[in-house]
Amino acid sequence: MTLAEMPFILPDLRPASAELFVLAMACLILFVDLFVKDTRRTAVFALTQLTLVGAAVVTWAGTSGEVVYTFSNMYVHDFLADMLKQLLYLTDIIVLFYARAYVVDRPLLGRGEFYTLTLFATLGMMVMISANHFITIFLGVELLSLSLYAMVALNRDSATAAEAAMKYLVLGALASGLMLYGMSMIYGAVGSLEIGEVAERLQAGVANHSILVLGLVFLVAGLAFKLGVVPFHMWIPDVYHGAPTAVGLFIGTAPKLAAFAIVLRILANGLLTLSYDWQMMLLIMAVLSIVLGNVAAIAQHNFKRMLAYSAIAHMGFMLLGLAVGVVGGDARFTLNAYSSALFYVVIYVLSSAGAFGMILLMARAGFEAEDLDDYKGLNRRNPWFAAMLMMLMLSMAGIPFFVGFFAKFAVLQAVVASGQIWLAVVAVIFSLIGAFYYLRVVKLMYFDAPADPTPIQAPLEVKALISANGLAVALLGLFPDTLMWFCLLAIRLSLSVFA
Amino acid sequence: MDLKSLSLVAVFAPLAGALVAGLFCRVIARSVAHTAAIAGVATAFVAALLAFREVAGGARFNGTVYQWLTTGDYAFEVGFLIDPLTVSMMLVVTFVSLMVHIYTIGYMRDDPGYNRFFSYISLFTFSMLMLVMSNNFMQLFFGWEAVGLVSYLLIGFWYTRPTAIFANLKAFLVNRVGDFGFLLGIGLVLAYFGTLDYAAVFARVPALVGETIPLFGADVAAVSVITAICILLFIGAMGKSAQVPLHVWLPDSMEGPTPISALIHAATMVTAGIFMVARMSPLFELSDTALSFIVIIGAITALFMGFLGIIQNDIKRVVAYSTLSQLGYMTVALGVSAYPVAIFHLTTHAFFKALLFLAAGSVIMAMHHDQDIRRMGGLARYLPVTWITSLIGSLALIGTPLFAGFYSKDSIIEAVEASSIPGAGLAYGALLIGVFVTAFYSFRMFFLVFHGKERFGAASHGAGGHAAHDEHASHDEHQGLPPGEKPHESPWVVTLPLILLAIPSLLIGYVAIEPMLFGGWFADAILIDEVAHPGMRELAEHFHGAAAMALHGLSSAPFWLASSGVALAWFLYLRRPDLPAVWQARLGPLNTVLENKYYFDRFYETVFAGGARLLGRGFWQGGDVRVIDGFINGSARFVGWAAAVLRFLQSGRIYHYAFTMIFGLLVLMTLTLWVGRA
Repeated sequence: MTLAEMPFILPDLRPASAELFVLAMACLILFVDLFVKDTRRTAVFALTQLTLVGAAVVTWAGTSGEVVYTFSNMYVHDFLADMLKQLLYLTDIIVLFYARAYVVDRPLLGRGEFYTLTLFATLGMMVMISANHFITIFLGVELLSLSLYAMVALNRDSATAAEAAMKYLVLGALASGLMLYGMSMIYGAVGSLEIGEVAERLQAGVANHSILVLGLVFLVAGLAFKLGVVPFHMWIPDVYHGAPTAVGLFIGTAPKLAAFAIVLRILANGLLTLSYDWQMMLLIMAVLSIVLGNVAAIAQHNFKRMLAYSAIAHMGFMLLGLAVGVVGGDARFTLNAYSSALFYVVIYVLSSAGAFGMILLMARAGFEAEDLDDYKGLNRRNPWFAAMLMMLMLSMAGIPFFVGFFAKFAVLQAVVASGQIWLAVVAVIFSLIGAFYYLRVVKLMYFDAPADPTPIQAPLEVKALISANGLAVALLGLFPDTLMWFCLLAIRLSLSVFA
Repeated sequence: MDLKSLSLVAVFAPLAGALVAGLFCRVIARSVAHTAAIAGVATAFVAALLAFREVAGGARFNGTVYQWLTTGDYAFEVGFLIDPLTVSMMLVVTFVSLMVHIYTIGYMRDDPGYNRFFSYISLFTFSMLMLVMSNNFMQLFFGWEAVGLVSYLLIGFWYTRPTAIFANLKAFLVNRVGDFGFLLGIGLVLAYFGTLDYAAVFARVPALVGETIPLFGADVAAVSVITAICILLFIGAMGKSAQVPLHVWLPDSMEGPTPISALIHAATMVTAGIFMVARMSPLFELSDTALSFIVIIGAITALFMGFLGIIQNDIKRVVAYSTLSQLGYMTVALGVSAYPVAIFHLTTHAFFKALLFLAAGSVIMAMHHDQDIRRMGGLARYLPVTWITSLIGSLALIGTPLFAGFYSKDSIIEAVEASSIPGAGLAYGALLIGVFVTAFYSFRMFFLVFHGKERFGAASHGAGGHAAHDEHASHDEHQGLPPGEKPHESPWVVTLPLILLAIPSLLIGYVAIEPMLFGGWFADAILIDEVAHPGMRELAEHFHGAAAMALHGLSSAPFWLASSGVALAWFLYLRRPDLPAVWQARLGPLNTVLENKYYFDRFYETVFAGGARLLGRGFWQGGDVRVIDGFINGSARFVGWAAAVLRFLQSGRIYHYAFTMIFGLLVLMTLTLWVGRA
């Protein structure tokens, strides 16, 4: 059958309507931006936010809980995807609000590109979230990565930003190469790139195990790079630190949701039969990340770098949840383990957004508020924001009854249920060590004298949003049930194990 | 209203008053605070009266009003048991509390902590009612600790004074010792009875007679469960009711304002231990060992604390030692199974002792917060109401026939005489001597304060302000009466409670003795094994009416002992005021022992406080600094070092980063391909 003879069937576009909407709007905004004279780009900003809200509405309208495939099974639409996309839009909206004043103050950043790149990165993440095929995954990852490289370099006059962008690009390319190589080897062993089919063929047990495992190692390495776990974490501190804070905020939050999605789809849906191998890898990386992230964060004096190491530790903690789902071939524990990991990543994104948001709130034109010393005596300058940051820090440290505690608790419960008590002990000990640097921020805010007593000036919406963010951490800590319930539902409705 | 609603009202009205006065103490006016507090307590008093009428009519209530939590088989509940014993206590507590509330308006008039004080005493009333109205051990413990807490807060009410802080800490710590025993007792109850509900516990008591707890291994020794429970509970009572050797906190508690000395440290809280033992009579009746223990402790307290009252010169401390001694009388009554008599003496004592304290407070106010009785004298002319009410209170205290104290104290002495419990003989002697001592120190104080030469306003006192204890730091500039100024009678808010308390001090014994002791009032609340402990029965046989008892009292030993005590006081302090100093010098060593309060304080401070500090320092230096800090600092140093190393590894060079990734990939590959499958 030649190509010409292949019947062309128009794929069902409805499940992907949100992606199409964002794509169309991104192109439109790109076009509109050409004609906007306003240096503040208010119209572009507003249109971007509207696009995200619109995407949320489109996604909401299409939410059913059923699993629908389209584009010849390359794309999947399920509840997990819907939930993660909604969280993604929400994160984007928060990020843009936080970033708004910051980019307006900095002429190189505050141009239309910032918004359109955000939208293209979002589109990439949406593709990642809904991917059901290695090629689709790669497409999404690259769309996201290329947008991010550009965003890090947006402030092209800054040497650190350019350096960070360069490092990110080179290492990201290396990681993409690894991932692609891994995919090709799996294709070689199995003969398919579609996740569902890979799973079926592995089940049938025809594949060459050595090649398969080799492919798996490369694939996991690529995924680990996206998550930023040890030993594929080296880019994280430099990029978080070097990138403009507004971009760092974006990199530090939304992509974690997408990375979680592809890890879950590739490993838990596609390669579940290889769980013994990848769980071991994840465990090693998780423990290393928790240890390294928490210890290295202690030595940091830069708030953004500290948050970078904290992110490494958090992603390690989240991986723990993904690494204990299958015990001795028994998939009974998956629901609890994976939903706790999902819960963890959502909470991480929430707290991380708040922490970066505080940096943006404190920053002014010509002042970055990056150093931990800039937070000295914050309580005296503004007790309310000091309280908000304290709640965020306590939540990240996992102090009851902030939501971070429940996130850690859920993962630890899954770990203990899998029978690996030692793992839980290690995680707890290093979380304890990690509590030091979060509490140090609290100590600086409350017990030290401010170096700069000027009151904090920030737009009203940022103040309101920071307050909402901080309070959300406290309120979710009091009522974690609903979110937990959604996480359980998403995992149960969307994973092929439960089909 | 039924008993359940009445009890809820009685409990929550003072709490509401306390909350209003306490939570808004910075914003509301003084008049609002005291109105709210007094309204709450007055409501509670009315509810107690109505409940009394219901109970006298035969009504009882025993039920749960709120279930706090259930764990396993145990349910922890808040519930009320309203029976004659409870309503008697409720009446005493709410009446005295109401009097003290009114009195406080005058006494604390100039104090900056006025609203806070009202909040505390209302909170105290709530706590005390929770204690006496409880139908289970858990709530009893709650009330027990809550009154302890308020007592702690009130002793240290003037928290800027080091002596007050020392005293409240001391009270707190000494009570911990008692509470430790109390809590162990409650724990034993829960362990052996499986419930904390009074009625259920008492119902299961017969099944546990003969059951023993092995000590030091199964064969070495064993103690009866009931005895162990009783003694442990009584240790709690010893702390709360200040029995030797846990009495040391009560004299120091006089650092608190006088109204609370009257309410908490004389009339109500310190009698909680007495009430508790009476409430637990079905348990205590089964253990002669525990009863003997109680008799001996009570007798020692009654006698030896009385001796200390003789040498005190601080007006409040004299009354405080007299309280200790009277608590000893009540304890002895419990030990000889005369529980109703103990409660009777508790009641009469609450009235006349609160009266004496409030009168002392009135004197203190007139003397501008000078408390040393050596610098008073001749006050009867200036403070007529205080003088007459004090006289009534003192006569009641020493047991003058027809006065309230006579009926209760004579009943105790007779009950001890009739008892055959080991230790009762000793106690009988102690109590008789105690009567003489009580009369002597009471009238020593009375004469020194109200009669004889006017010694106030002397130029010498300016330097002697050290004895002035009962004033706030802000009053320091005018402690003591300036030379030439005459004392004035206190305002009506102070004298009215004195008069209202003088009435029951005079009459309550005559009116209440027959129904309370012999009319079966406590028949279903207190259980007495009349065969083993016939004291109450013999008392009833000898009783032929209150008037006859008073008449017979005129010819009994206690009366003559008391009279000679008063006579001696008159002779020494009015007739020959030069003699006491001579005698004091002649009895040097004895006087030294008494002035050092039998060295209890010094012993505790050296051995327990000093020992604890030594132990603490040992743990601190040895355990904390060396082991724990060593480990912590060591690990902190290690983490710091590791962090520095990791920071160094984050070199910033891209080829290092790429190398790390490739290296990690290789390690993972090795592990999965070879090690993982091995």
